[in-house]
Amino acid sequence: MKGPELLESHADILRTKVGACWPGTRAVFRGHDLHQDLRDSDWVELYVFSITGRHLSPQQIKLLHGIWVITSYPDARIWNNRVAALAGSSRSSPVLGLSAALAISEARIYGGGPGLRAIDFFQRAALALASGQTLRNFVTEELKLRHIYGYGRPIDSCDERLPWLTNLAKEQELDQGPHFKIAIEVEKILLETRKTNLRMNYAGMTASLGADLGFTPREFHIFRLPMFLAGMPPCWLEAMEKPEGTLFPTSCEKIAYEGVPIRPWRGRMA
Amino acid sequence: MSKNKPSNTIRSRIWREEAEPDNPFATRAAYCRGYDVFGQMVGSARWIEMLILLFRDELPCTAELDMLEALAVALANPGPRDQSIHAAMCGGVGGSSAAASLIAALSVGAGRYRGAREVFDAMTAWQNCGTDLGAWDSYIHRDTRNDIVDTWPAPEHPAGFDPHGASTATSVCQLLETLARISATPNLSWLTSQRLELEKIVQLPLDMSGVAAAAFVDLGFQANEGEMLYLLLRLPGAAAHALEQERYGYKNFPFYPVELEDDPLTKETP
Repeated sequence: MKGPELLESHADILRTKVGACWPGTRAVFRGHDLHQDLRDSDWVELYVFSITGRHLSPQQIKLLHGIWVITSYPDARIWNNRVAALAGSSRSSPVLGLSAALAISEARIYGGGPGLRAIDFFQRAALALASGQTLRNFVTEELKLRHIYGYGRPIDSCDERLPWLTNLAKEQELDQGPHFKIAIEVEKILLETRKTNLRMNYAGMTASLGADLGFTPREFHIFRLPMFLAGMPPCWLEAMEKPEGTLFPTSCEKIAYEGVPIRPWRGRMA
Repeated sequence: MSKNKPSNTIRSRIWREEAEPDNPFATRAAYCRGYDVFGQMVGSARWIEMLILLFRDELPCTAELDMLEALAVALANPGPRDQSIHAAMCGGVGGSSAAASLIAALSVGAGRYRGAREVFDAMTAWQNCGTDLGAWDSYIHRDTRNDIVDTWPAPEHPAGFDPHGASTATSVCQLLETLARISATPNLSWLTSQRLELEKIVQLPLDMSGVAAAAFVDLGFQANEGEMLYLLLRLPGAAAHALEQERYGYKNFPFYPVELEDDPLTKETP
């Protein structure tokens, strides 16, 4: 079926497997009664179940908690946090500010983009190894086609989060997965063959661990959505505590204009 | 379908569509307030006419259309110093999606400091006080301590005025005078002649948002309509500056130094 018939077949009805609620009676969440079966869920466990339909082990959930905790940075200079802080400073609502900051986090050079591309890279690397290709050869071929995400960092190439996450993965005995090992080997290859600043970053480590937990790239992308969230409310709140409009006020002379020189406007053409 | 069953139709006084004979999901003709959009309006209607027709059944007089268009030119770019544009640029430098940059501009530009909620509040003031200085005096100095808690932060200054202003900016005066000259509408005309008196009552200089609010009220918009228009009309600059900063790159974008006032490294151990 295609064309208008396809649209017609979906009109006026929601057919779903993921759930529904009947106000006043019950709610179903991916085939389970939310209140009867899932009411005691850890929130991260429920969130991962919502994405994957799978229940993870307590060790895996602990690792995922850690992935969120370790990168919760309440620094209003970081671009996504800055949006939350600017919303506070401009006296916008907290939900508008925080949701915009989350949307900004789906960026190309940090946050959502690198995480998505890194897990895709590690999964393709694992397939290449399974087919007999060497990792060095796979990395070399990849670099001919595109940038490898998961290595390098905009502000500072050394990622202070990695030792903490590595330790957490070890504690939970989740540091022996094939993708995590690939991630470490790729860093060695990049440092040997490329610029020295291409050290593994947080996207690389979390993506390799996520791949070992069985996330698809899209599932991992959705899992990462609230990753920076805990660092954002302090930015909004502190900006609210200061006088309105005082976060990074910029004077006129701070615009370094580089465009066409001042010229007269000709008005409407006859 | 039984009479009691909801028909799942979308009611609208704004928009009507007629389907192609071979596809109920393809538009043969679309009508805005009764006007044939693609058959007659496109190519002959001004964008500002379409904009205003979306909000009301009938077009205003030419002078009012010209005034709204002039206001739209004034609002199109708040400039990179504005917090909403700053937020959009945070999206640009990190390679966030276009929508995320605009969402950031909307969220940060929605608030009670130079944002759309300030315009809403200022329009409410205009609707309460009109051209009566005494009414303004009472309204500005009213007791707001028992105002109910809102999703928006509580107002911290009289809406439409600049809490950090030293005197009325030339650009604000120019806009006010131009809009009043074009339309000769009551509030703008009164504000032109009574601005200094009003500023004495408020003890703050008029802000661009205050001029916009007076203009929107003169054009017959409700406060919630003016709030929407203020959000919409400031977006072009957000888009352009986000893209410009994406081109310049994050290394050319301000990343401010920090002075941490609560550092665990400088705390004495208990």
